[in-house]
Amino acid sequence: MRDIAIIGIGMMKWGELWEKSLRDLAVEASLNCLADAGVDRVDTISIGCMSGGIFNGQEHLASMIPDYLGFKHTPAMRVESACASGGLAVRTAFLEVASGMADYALAVGVEKMTDVGGGEATYGLATASDQDYEAFHGINFPGLYALMARAHMTRYGTTREQLADVAVKNHRNGNLNPLAQFPSLMTREQVMSSVMVADPIRLMDCSPITDGAAAVLLTTVEEARKIKKHPIVVISGIGLATDTIALCQRKDILKLPAIELAGQRALKMAGKTIRDINFAEVHDCFTIAEIMVMEALGIVEPGQGGPATSAGHTALNGKFPINPSGGLKSKGHPVGATGVAQIYEVVSQLRGTSGKRQIADAKVGMTQNMGGSGGSCVIHILEAKS
Amino acid sequence: MKVAKHWRETPERYRLEAGKCKKCKHINFPQRLVCPECGAKEFEMVRLSGKGKLETYTVIHTAPDGFADLAPYAVGIVELDEGVKILAQITDCNPAELKIGDQLITKFRRINEEGKTGMIMYAYKFVPDFGL
Repeated sequence: MRDIAIIGIGMMKWGELWEKSLRDLAVEASLNCLADAGVDRVDTISIGCMSGGIFNGQEHLASMIPDYLGFKHTPAMRVESACASGGLAVRTAFLEVASGMADYALAVGVEKMTDVGGGEATYGLATASDQDYEAFHGINFPGLYALMARAHMTRYGTTREQLADVAVKNHRNGNLNPLAQFPSLMTREQVMSSVMVADPIRLMDCSPITDGAAAVLLTTVEEARKIKKHPIVVISGIGLATDTIALCQRKDILKLPAIELAGQRALKMAGKTIRDINFAEVHDCFTIAEIMVMEALGIVEPGQGGPATSAGHTALNGKFPINPSGGLKSKGHPVGATGVAQIYEVVSQLRGTSGKRQIADAKVGMTQNMGGSGGSCVIHILEAKS
Repeated sequence: MKVAKHWRETPERYRLEAGKCKKCKHINFPQRLVCPECGAKEFEMVRLSGKGKLETYTVIHTAPDGFADLAPYAVGIVELDEGVKILAQITDCNPAELKIGDQLITKFRRINEEGKTGMIMYAYKFVPDFGL
């Protein structure tokens, strides 16, 4: 396999973007990415989108996006793994270039979620659960993560305050991110007094519904060295793993085997251990998710995710900063775009261009993007190369 | 939705039928074509007791479409005596009094309906098991 570098990143400010359509978002992020790379060549396009069909009544993005981007006839595909679709699109682009099938691969993640009402958007998201044995019984994702949260609180003594502190920390980081949907600061009390959604999960424990897109351009390290526009950032490890779609079919609902395995596979490929990672962007779709992912990745021991968060270890200036971008909670969660935007943030940090939220001495970063209640997970390890 | 989408789940939803692997004896609910534990493809049908212990639960306040009139309502994961874990609503109880470890049993109940002229769906829900 050839060594791969990321030479371009593109996004826009996320939010409820009424004036922009699904295709507008994908094209804008892609154009920003190509401008950032200073390259106008794309050999293949992988598009991460969870459900253009439900949110927009629009499938067949493999035709639409290249055409509207000005790359008609270019090979393209849409890949889908629920909320991990974006990470999967980046992995797909990696394989295209690593295998030699393409030299320049664009990965774009997009989701336009506000063209439908809240109920329909929640329905669309719930299709990432087991329709016949979870959603059928009247449970949705806040409910599924609430099942995990209550079990975590009971087994490990994780507190309501610790859950809230994940949201507080991520809003503090998002406050420094000009592209975040909800950059407002949030207090523990605000989180803990927000509307109850699925006990013990409250509204401010949940990532929002968002319109947005993000894109990255991949090529070989050899090509990247010729371009010399940015410090070189390489993808040194990728892990992909899957698990049961239904939460109740896992032997231990407080373990996330897909995340553990994807992490181990990515670290093995990169020749690293979790201690070699300086910071991570993780999939905090709910506050409890960030805590459980920290534990599954081995950043902390099982049960220690809450205390470590409240102690400030995952803050921007902490021992292991998590979600410097603001995470899904503050930056927003346009599902198909999230995994690509995580890569955007890590590349920006490794280039040293993250402004007020820059992590000092960031050399090795990780992204963790998961689908559903942990039924699929894509992890990337990125490194700055001199 | 077409009737068949729900009709084909009838053995599980109406009768708690599960597939017991003939090789490793693992019980699969819902039934599958391949045993996830050992890879075998032969099963015998067994009916689950519906009795078990509450592993975790939530109380849904913001309900999905079709369930708003029930909210707030409890949903939990129950480990049945046979070792199978299933997710369902918990009803006929005060959600505030539920505790992890509670003994529950399934009852056949209405889940929801697809509008005024659509299908009415039935399946199992859990209720407290007083051993009566």
